[in-house]
Amino acid sequence: MHIRRFGRDHLLVELDDSQQALALYDEARRRRVDASDIVSGARTVVFEGVADVVALETSLHDWDARPSASSGELVEVPTTYDGEDLEDVARLWDMTRDEVVATHTAHELVVAFCGFAPGFPYCTGLPERLAVPRLESPRPRVPAGAVGLAGPFTGIYPTASPGGWRLLGRTELRLWDADRDPPATLRPGTRVRFVVT
Amino acid sequence: MRTLTVVDPGPQTTVQDRGRPGWAHLGVPRAGALDRPAADLANRLVGNDPAAAVLETTLGGVTFEVAEATVVAVTGAECALTVDERAVALAEPVLAPAGARVRVGPATRGVRSYVAVAGGVEVDVVLGSRSTDTLAHVGPGVLGAGDVLPLGRPCGRPAGVDHGHARRYARPAVLRVAPGPRHDWFHDTAVATLTRSTYEVSGDSNRVGLRLHGPALERSRDDELPSEGIVLGAVQVPASGQPLVFLNDHPTTGGYPVIAVVDPEDLWQCAQLRPGDRVRFTRR
Repeated sequence: MHIRRFGRDHLLVELDDSQQALALYDEARRRRVDASDIVSGARTVVFEGVADVVALETSLHDWDARPSASSGELVEVPTTYDGEDLEDVARLWDMTRDEVVATHTAHELVVAFCGFAPGFPYCTGLPERLAVPRLESPRPRVPAGAVGLAGPFTGIYPTASPGGWRLLGRTELRLWDADRDPPATLRPGTRVRFVVT
Repeated sequence: MRTLTVVDPGPQTTVQDRGRPGWAHLGVPRAGALDRPAADLANRLVGNDPAAAVLETTLGGVTFEVAEATVVAVTGAECALTVDERAVALAEPVLAPAGARVRVGPATRGVRSYVAVAGGVEVDVVLGSRSTDTLAHVGPGVLGAGDVLPLGRPCGRPAGVDHGHARRYARPAVLRVAPGPRHDWFHDTAVATLTRSTYEVSGDSNRVGLRLHGPALERSRDDELPSEGIVLGAVQVPASGQPLVFLNDHPTTGGYPVIAVVDPEDLWQCAQLRPGDRVRFTRR
């Protein structure tokens, strides 16, 4: 664990991987740290607007935040695998299209962090060798519900937007509703399983 | 019903209050008035709660009409202000009669004017705020001609004029910075370059960030930074080496290293810097 000052009022804590980052994120939420927000990243946790930066810096070393499997809520994401980039992903993974679908649905993923758009989940848990590069030029419009891959992550577009993720398919699951509490269906720590519709 | 009707929104007019901090972990930007002291002053002048929603203009001002007699105050960027063609003072409570047309002229100094109306702009609250978010499109959209905005009931007395409000605009602007979490991703000289050089404000600056042009800040490593949380005022350095200061509509995560963070008390200046204006950074 590496603690870095982030300006005057914030801390960035760097960990070895996303599992450790999520464990620290969960522990910080459990402890109700006095901060304006706690934001998980790919392998970091940012404590924003911390009331007492020095005290938090000191106490972090004593936290017992070990990754624990299967602690978060499990959400199934019913998915139609007919994405525009399914063929490309099959080529990158050196598999048939059916094998891509079987592989993608075989792993239980977990939301490491949200970003890019409200409620957009960055799900980790696929084997490292299946990481794929982003599209060289992003599409001007990706529809809401599109399921895609970028780097080691699987993401789902909560709303239509431009985007450079390689599209595997689509889901009807509603990911974002500002009038709901919580507004995001998939939040940091949520376990995710993609299932074929 | 107390309403305000937009006649001419100018290049970009939005509704802003203190924003929606606390939702970044779900990917929601904070939004909120870029020049918070100016928004607070405008609210105080019309007797509003400081967290009431105001209008934020961008360079070109805004023209609107009020349905009922309403106290109005305009702060922030310097501009010509008229009520029914009659010139009135900035940063003073002004009574706009029923049906009056209020014209906030183009900014002659600074960028963003703040228009407070007694009772506040009462568009729907989304995740605790009425602010327009120009990045993630949470909250009301950017205003268009013909938009009718509901106003709240005035609840406080307009405040006396504060003649001490006049601001000093340093030339070049000076922004105090504290080290960012990734200053060690740069050559030792980069922090010195940042604090000893003068940067120029680029024309593509907006509510997401103040983009700067000047000596490039060179990184000492080329690997990709996995996405991590970003805070208000973060000075991020993308591949070009040209720094940008993240403002209220900034993305919640980013993949470029943050070299420094601008002091919260200096951020209002970023709201008022015009393309071509010069900026210096100094270690606090």
